[in-house]
Amino acid sequence: MIKVKIHINGTEYEVEPGKNLLHTCLALGFDIPYFCFHPALGSVGACRQCAVKKFSGTDDKTGKIVMSCMEPVSMGLIISTDDPEIKVFRAAVIESLMQNHPHDCPVCDEGGECHLQDMTVMTGHNYRRFAFRKRTHNNQDLGPYIHHEMNRCIQCYRCVRFYKEYAGGTDLNVFGSSDRVYFGRQKEGALESEFSGNLIEVCPTGVFTDKTLREHYTRKWDLTSSPSVCTQCSVGCNILVGERYGLVRRILSRYNGAVNGYFLCDRGRFGYEFINHPERTRKVMARVRDKEFLEEIPDEDRRSVILSAVKGKKLAGIGSPVASLESNFALEKLVGKENFYHGIPDKTFTLIKTAVQILKEGPAHSPSLKEIEKSDALLILGEDPMESAPMLALSIRQASRNRSFEIAAGSGVPIWNDAVVRELAQKIKSPVFIAASDKTRLDDLAEEIYNVSADEIAGLGFEIASLIDEAAPKPKDSGKSPGGTAKKIAETLKNADNPVIITGLHYNNVKILYAAANISRALVRMGKKASLSIIFPECNSLGLGLMDGKPLEELIEPAGMRDVETLIILENDLYKRFDKERIDNLLNNCENVIVLDYLMNDTVKKAGILLPAGTFAESTGTIVSNEGRAQRYYRVLPANGQIMDSWRYISGIIDLTGKKNSSKWKYFDNLVASMTDAYPSLGRIREILPDSGFRIFNGKIARQTPRFSGRTAINSDVSVSEPGPPEDEDSPLNFSMEGFKGVPPSSLVPWYWSSGWNSVQAMNKYMDEPAGTPAGGNPGVLLFDNKNGRMAEYYKTE
Amino acid sequence: MLTDEERKEIREEIKLYPYVEAVCIDALKIVQDHRGWISDEAVNDIASELEMSPAEVDSIATFYTRIYRKPVGRNIILVCEGISCMIMGYESVYEKISGKLNVKFGETTPDGRFTLLPVSCLGDCDHAPALMINNDHYNDLTHDTIDEILAKYR
Amino acid sequence: METPLTQYIKPGTPPPGIKEYEKAGGYDGVQRALKEMKPAEITALVKSSGLTGRGGAGFPTGMKWSFVPEKTEVKGFKYLVTNADEMEPGTFKDRYLLEGNPHQLIAGMIIASYAIQAQKSYIFIRWAYKKAEIIIRKAIAEAYEAGYLGENILGTGYNLDLYIHSSAGRYICGEETALLNSLEGKRGIPRTKPPFPAVSGLFGRPTIVNNVETLCWIPHIVAKGSDWFRQLSLTGEGGTKLYGVSGRVKSPGLWELPMGTSLREIIYDHAGGMQDGYKLRGVIPGGASTDFMTENHLDTKMDFESVRSTGSRLGTGTMIILDDKTCPVAFIRNMIKFFADESCGWCTPCREGLPWAVKLLDSFEKGTAKEEDIGILEFLSRYMAPGNTFCAHAPGAVEPLQSGLRYFRKDFLRHIEEKHCPWK
Repeated sequence: MIKVKIHINGTEYEVEPGKNLLHTCLALGFDIPYFCFHPALGSVGACRQCAVKKFSGTDDKTGKIVMSCMEPVSMGLIISTDDPEIKVFRAAVIESLMQNHPHDCPVCDEGGECHLQDMTVMTGHNYRRFAFRKRTHNNQDLGPYIHHEMNRCIQCYRCVRFYKEYAGGTDLNVFGSSDRVYFGRQKEGALESEFSGNLIEVCPTGVFTDKTLREHYTRKWDLTSSPSVCTQCSVGCNILVGERYGLVRRILSRYNGAVNGYFLCDRGRFGYEFINHPERTRKVMARVRDKEFLEEIPDEDRRSVILSAVKGKKLAGIGSPVASLESNFALEKLVGKENFYHGIPDKTFTLIKTAVQILKEGPAHSPSLKEIEKSDALLILGEDPMESAPMLALSIRQASRNRSFEIAAGSGVPIWNDAVVRELAQKIKSPVFIAASDKTRLDDLAEEIYNVSADEIAGLGFEIASLIDEAAPKPKDSGKSPGGTAKKIAETLKNADNPVIITGLHYNNVKILYAAANISRALVRMGKKASLSIIFPECNSLGLGLMDGKPLEELIEPAGMRDVETLIILENDLYKRFDKERIDNLLNNCENVIVLDYLMNDTVKKAGILLPAGTFAESTGTIVSNEGRAQRYYRVLPANGQIMDSWRYISGIIDLTGKKNSSKWKYFDNLVASMTDAYPSLGRIREILPDSGFRIFNGKIARQTPRFSGRTAINSDVSVSEPGPPEDEDSPLNFSMEGFKGVPPSSLVPWYWSSGWNSVQAMNKYMDEPAGTPAGGNPGVLLFDNKNGRMAEYYKTE
Repeated sequence: MLTDEERKEIREEIKLYPYVEAVCIDALKIVQDHRGWISDEAVNDIASELEMSPAEVDSIATFYTRIYRKPVGRNIILVCEGISCMIMGYESVYEKISGKLNVKFGETTPDGRFTLLPVSCLGDCDHAPALMINNDHYNDLTHDTIDEILAKYR
Repeated sequence: METPLTQYIKPGTPPPGIKEYEKAGGYDGVQRALKEMKPAEITALVKSSGLTGRGGAGFPTGMKWSFVPEKTEVKGFKYLVTNADEMEPGTFKDRYLLEGNPHQLIAGMIIASYAIQAQKSYIFIRWAYKKAEIIIRKAIAEAYEAGYLGENILGTGYNLDLYIHSSAGRYICGEETALLNSLEGKRGIPRTKPPFPAVSGLFGRPTIVNNVETLCWIPHIVAKGSDWFRQLSLTGEGGTKLYGVSGRVKSPGLWELPMGTSLREIIYDHAGGMQDGYKLRGVIPGGASTDFMTENHLDTKMDFESVRSTGSRLGTGTMIILDDKTCPVAFIRNMIKFFADESCGWCTPCREGLPWAVKLLDSFEKGTAKEEDIGILEFLSRYMAPGNTFCAHAPGAVEPLQSGLRYFRKDFLRHIEEKHCPWK
């Protein structure tokens, strides 16, 4: 990349041309105020806050005020970011925005992480001369997740740009005109988009705030916060979980440039209240002498109760696709490989194993969400991404714009000049083809929609593969697809530079996987760079698929059941996956049933012993996303009474039964080492993820901000003397304010803050450039080789 | 549902553009001509005809001054308050009408006969003050001519 | 004195039909352009004539046309759009042309479309000009019937459709990029420039937007040449101009006069001078968004360059007279209120600054203003300077304000000192 020289405030810099000036200045570390610009949404030049002075040459002493977000960086650009006239202008913009802004700071949810507050301080505006009445608005009830407070609006238009243009939503819009513009729904009601929660982070003031946070409100600076990974689907978006007084308060997006970028889906953002639910399992409980209900066990009896259920008994363990790798592995170690059952219907597990095999063999690349966004032709074969992997669907939506970027580039218009790109390209999109059994919420993007049965979808896939490479096998009913659909798709994929096939386990049909694999293999054989993304049903389905496990059907059959005396079930409500009768049979026939889980579900109600397992907020663990990216979540709640990581409980049981392996697992990292020894395919986890010994300048990384309050008072109702902060031996994070005060590696970021940047915009300081790569690279480590070139066989069509 | 008449007129306008959505403003005006104003129902009717979301149609409708999202009277008086009309005495015109009909700007007479609205400017500056009632222009207004003009409208 | 634009307009009588206008030679330019000239030649001719846009900006028309690219990345139409959304307060010239001689405009549009190789053209007419709309629709139908529009015009193989679209209110739609957004059926928010409409305009296609008066010149220039056009004016800028006067003059009206006619002549000879008992205090020369001129400027030749040197702009050339019996503050307040109400709401300085200015001016009128409020008004004028806002709406709006504060500062001070409006 040829760089160009520009001058900022008299100093020369070498920078990449073609970006906009605001982006470049932010990347260089300059603090330029802005509102309507957003790294994911591009520039529109509406708010006028990002003004800088541009000089036509070295003799030009007056210069011209320009908006840096709309100014392309070019050779010889001379600008000033601190010219006195600029400072006056920037403060004037804030003064105008403050004209109608309510004096809400002390009672506004956004206070303490408010971009408007930050920009007000940055520009130095402090005295409001406007002496007239402010305009006010009525608020709308936008549903259970988003609170609406229109008086605070500064009309940056980010909300509608994100909601309508980026996320494809149709029910949030701007109404009216002049200084009475209103951002909301046409009629009040719950917002319909699956990504509405991002309004909370996209809105620079407190217009759209987290309603779930309001139920148990806490200021940002008072939160203990941890880096974590969402467990609601297999995409593995990175999140930040905040807690105070033992309650999880809210979830924010954590930037991962390869996966979720700046955003989250609503399921991940708002689906955390189960952690605080009154029906959480919080104590070790047992069913004493055939009683109907579980009861708490006195502390001193706990060991003996568990021991009596486990020592000398024939054990069997049932794992889970939502539990961490470490928990599943620990269970396998406890019961022995021959007695470890993966816990999902065998048909599904076979599909998972097939998917794993396809990913391992390649040769198509398993793309990250960011890579999917760069695709210029997509085929969705037998999946409904909006249902099974919403953020992946959002990436598909961005990918459909790639053709418009090409058209814009042809007229010399850069991608970041958002409104111009959209106008130039009109309705032209990159091709997206959808083969599904029913309508999907991506249909508005599709060039062709093919609604047929699962088997026919597979047939279409095989046909496409055979049209790309005639060596690929044809399906039995070849040529049956209507109107040459298969031919069109095949041609488009073949002519694309970066084709992506998206498939998954949604329809529980293995032939669809075979067909998708064949298409990707055919493309690679024809010399194309092809990517294949497989959507798994649950957050660690792929992780579980990388381990060994027997089908539960073997255990459920009368023959299998006979031997088992103690059944240990890990975070798996079997009634959700199998027939009631068969599970009743299984659970009734085992002498002891030990269940590790976090909610009172039907399986738990049948347990003889209940061990309260920690959710992702209360444990440390590693899961593998559908891309093959292993990521770790870190607890935000310290050890909480009897709630512990499942692997910690199981490790304790191993100790109790005196197995020789137990001494090796004093720390979480020991367990990980054991696991990667046993499963070399997981080996990379150990090499790259920072382990608990990681320090920066001898400091751990603080989960609490420097302004965290109440440290001594929090515990005073229990004891007046301040206790030491809880230890975290599983990770390099601290449960206190102590630690390294700079930018930590991206996988360990617990909260975003920088001097003068209290809002989520502080993210800019944690990466090399806006929407760039965070310090330390994007979190997560890829477990598959993903090197194109190795040829693999075609799957048969029958 | 759009009436057949409304649909027919909108379909004629669609011929002028490459995309159906481009006819949104014309559609709003056509439906308003038929129904007097644009109700929520009208917004939905247009939205379903043009395959747009109601929010999108309403976003466009609420931007334009001449799309009425509240009921209006049978006749709409638009009094010009542009600069030339102001110099030439629009205030007394307004006061005369307002006094006679007992409504202020933005209000409708109880019998639904007139809605009084401001407008600026009607392009009649050399014959100020001026006003419009429905599609008719009136200029060189005086205290006396106003009574005559209003009398024409039922 | 030649009055090419208005020679066939007789107020109070219907406009000439197509047969009448053809006979008068009105379509000669179309015949010449389509049959004898190449598109690039027409553009060159218009360029050499020096014709500048009559919509207010005064940009050289031929140069604007030359920005339309020959080839485009994606196949599609090119467009010519007539900006007939005349809503600038004090402006009433386009209505005269639209109601008086629609075929002149249509002929101009045909030639202009041919020059830029557009296949579709639109007239974007403001909602309030209902009479003109009906007249134009009839004229368009006549033109189609006579073979001047539609397919294979005059047997040359050139296809052109001409449509009329009427607006739904909103002054900002007169701004060319907001007009395009409105024509596309969206909210009338302006677009950023560059790219200019010539590159990305209606539906992302190369588009030229021209004012009515500008396009009315085209058939005449093509028929009679650029030298003829130049010699019509008193200064170098070419052509005639429709000048108008409104306010307390004896005969407010509209006159086609050579470009560069003096302000004095327009006001005192054609408009008859001030009414008895009224004195001239100021002139807003070109629609509400231009700076004041005063009696010191009466000998200014009213062309774009000369007016610019007085610190004002010619704009639309229809002027509003501030007399001594009208309060200057109320005068300015009326205009600023208009601009504040018509703000589209996209960019901060305009959306917030203009209503603040209105509220301040109201306080002057009520007598509650303070001395520092003048400073705030001056600050707002600088705040909404060109370049600081997204489009030219607010910078135009503050032109009367900033010049008014300069020329009538004493009157503003009187409002403060006397705690009421001295003109009430």
